Amino acid sequence: MSLLEIRNLKVKVDNHEILKGIDMEINPGEVHSIMGPNGSGKSTLAQVLARRESYDVTDGEILYTGKDLLAMKPEDAACEGIFMAFQYPVEIPGISNAYFLRSALNAIRKYRGEDELDAMDFLPMFREKLKLLDMDEKLMNRSVNEGFSGGEKKRNEILQMAVLEPKLAILDETDSGLDIDALRIVANGVNAMRSPDRAIIVVTHYQRLLNYIVPDFVHVLVNGRIVRSGGPELALELEEKGYVEIDSETRQVTPA
Amino acid sequence: MSTNINTIRDLAEREYQWGFVTDIEEERVPKGLNEDVIRLISAKKNEPEFMLEWRLKAYRHWASLEKAQAEPKWANIKYAPINYQNISYYSAPKRKPSLKSLEELDPELLRTYEKLGIPLEEQKLFAGVAVDAVFDSVSVATTFKERLAEIGVIFCSFSEAVQKHPELVQKYLGTVVPYTDNFFASLNAAVFTDGSFVYVPKGVRCPLELSTYFRINAAETGQFERTLIVTDEGSYVSYLEGCTAPIRDENQLHAAVVELIALDNAQIKYSTVQNWYPGDKEGRGGIFNFVTKRGKCQGVNSKISWTQVETGSAITWKYPSCILQGDNSVGEFYSVALTNNYQQADTGTKMIHIGKNTRSTTVSKGISAGHGQNTYRGLVKIMKGATGARNYTQCDSLLIGDKCGAHTFPYIEVRNSTARMEHEASTSKIGEDQLFYLRQRGLKAEDAVSMIVNGFCKRVFRELPMEFAVEAQKLLSVSLEGSVG
Repeated sequence: MSLLEIRNLKVKVDNHEILKGIDMEINPGEVHSIMGPNGSGKSTLAQVLARRESYDVTDGEILYTGKDLLAMKPEDAACEGIFMAFQYPVEIPGISNAYFLRSALNAIRKYRGEDELDAMDFLPMFREKLKLLDMDEKLMNRSVNEGFSGGEKKRNEILQMAVLEPKLAILDETDSGLDIDALRIVANGVNAMRSPDRAIIVVTHYQRLLNYIVPDFVHVLVNGRIVRSGGPELALELEEKGYVEIDSETRQVTPA
Repeated sequence: MSTNINTIRDLAEREYQWGFVTDIEEERVPKGLNEDVIRLISAKKNEPEFMLEWRLKAYRHWASLEKAQAEPKWANIKYAPINYQNISYYSAPKRKPSLKSLEELDPELLRTYEKLGIPLEEQKLFAGVAVDAVFDSVSVATTFKERLAEIGVIFCSFSEAVQKHPELVQKYLGTVVPYTDNFFASLNAAVFTDGSFVYVPKGVRCPLELSTYFRINAAETGQFERTLIVTDEGSYVSYLEGCTAPIRDENQLHAAVVELIALDNAQIKYSTVQNWYPGDKEGRGGIFNFVTKRGKCQGVNSKISWTQVETGSAITWKYPSCILQGDNSVGEFYSVALTNNYQQADTGTKMIHIGKNTRSTTVSKGISAGHGQNTYRGLVKIMKGATGARNYTQCDSLLIGDKCGAHTFPYIEVRNSTARMEHEASTSKIGEDQLFYLRQRGLKAEDAVSMIVNGFCKRVFRELPMEFAVEAQKLLSVSLEGSVG
């Protein structure tokens, strides 16, 4: 059984159709990259998978581990193992990073019928993950994302992913706003998370990130449709030709 | 979606957990207010002449205010007129508790306090907390009294203080909140039936947290308690106050007065978790909480610190204030006020700087949900002689949903040009972004809201004693249940 199966997904925002029929299948262990220009619907797809409720799904279905994902609340999807690294992580003043992450981890463990972790069990594991992302321990006691630089916020997202150990991780433009060093750290963090029982979706509009996180599959999303799918070489081709050319080539082969 | 609605409904229905009524025989005076009632209350309490005199003066003043329709109208709250003749001004559990032994208490009462999580039997108490319990109008038990007496600390019911320490009561009563202070303070002075009294002698640092638990039980009664705390030179006390009431359809009036006096180098830390019944989801019932709380930093280097967490009451009208009379004295006010459903709160503080180099800090966190209306009203007044005075005020509002309101009325009056004043204010809304972020990490919507709110209040919770901080956080979560849909 595949981990995620998207069939003919159509989504509207403010009565405007953003996704116009998406099909995709993802198996455990695979890394898929979704590439596309601004406004193509990449982030919409990511947010629908994370169950953001402000999107209007008009058609299609999504099966996640065989279950109807569209019937799940965001917290249920999260507890079932879906994690999204946000493009714009939110600040939560007055709540420390460590407390927040432990609460999230315990909410998920509780959902799965596992024992909750106390601070003593949590800290050693948390420290380990901080090292993986080359993050300062001081960050544990700072409020979630408050006063973080753009790069720190993105690293913090991957830190959360490392702690929560999802089955399906969606990285929504995690590379935006990162300098080359931070990009490398983030990519190392993600690569360390690659495993046969975990799938990762990397949403980006630059090929750059894919030099560090090499995907198994690349999908090109233009104007709400996947216009081409292929292996990692497709990302390089895109970089060379640009979205417009790829899109028009596709149209010539298979007129809409 | 329907499961979502059901969970929220379930949560909403168990909203107020303290709403039970204790079936206990009570003794009360007939409804209505006149000089005979005042005399009756005073006689029942076997009071010395000076108390009766003071009550009668207060009553006459209040009656003149009532005649002139001088009930304060300036607050940002709406309520149906209160019929002061339709309230019983004295209600007491019939079996007169002896203050010597808890065994003589009505077992029903003990069970009530146990249900509230306030075990009165000393061995069960948190180490370090002495409790005075006020049930309807009278104080029913004070614990740890002997241990406190050994070091000279007086902690007893107000009635007992009037009997055993009349000189202290006469010396300090009404010196911070005179009976002419305002409509509700006058009413309280006339009819108050009990409350707590604390005196900490020179140089003593009170080793226990002193705590009073107020409970309104009887229907159609008001509760009018009065608390007086005096810290003599170089002494310190931390005092906690908690309150609950049963669920009733009608509104009940609670008009309390608290007076604090700190002499030279003395400190008082006063913490409140107010959880009177707030009324139901349609705004029926609930306590009208009209309270006058004021502290006087009378001596040099003295300090008074108010911390309040206000989650209950249909209406809250309350401005715990500091008169900074002694040079270098310090006043602090930390507040969390939450209004959900149809609750209304108009609360804040007054910092009156009289002495030189006096300093004050105000941190107010208002949270509005449902149709709640939350008003911050604050005054900072720097008098002519208050050279080098400083104030810092921070006033933040958080909105949940789009039917609630947040209002702020900060007043600043400066008559000395050396004063330094800082005022910061913010208004924010719990956004869909924040909620989605937390839910995407696995937290339920309700837990996400309560986490955001607790983060917002952190600066204030830090000021509460440990056990109280934990209780306050839980209370806030419970009070917010049903606020997201």
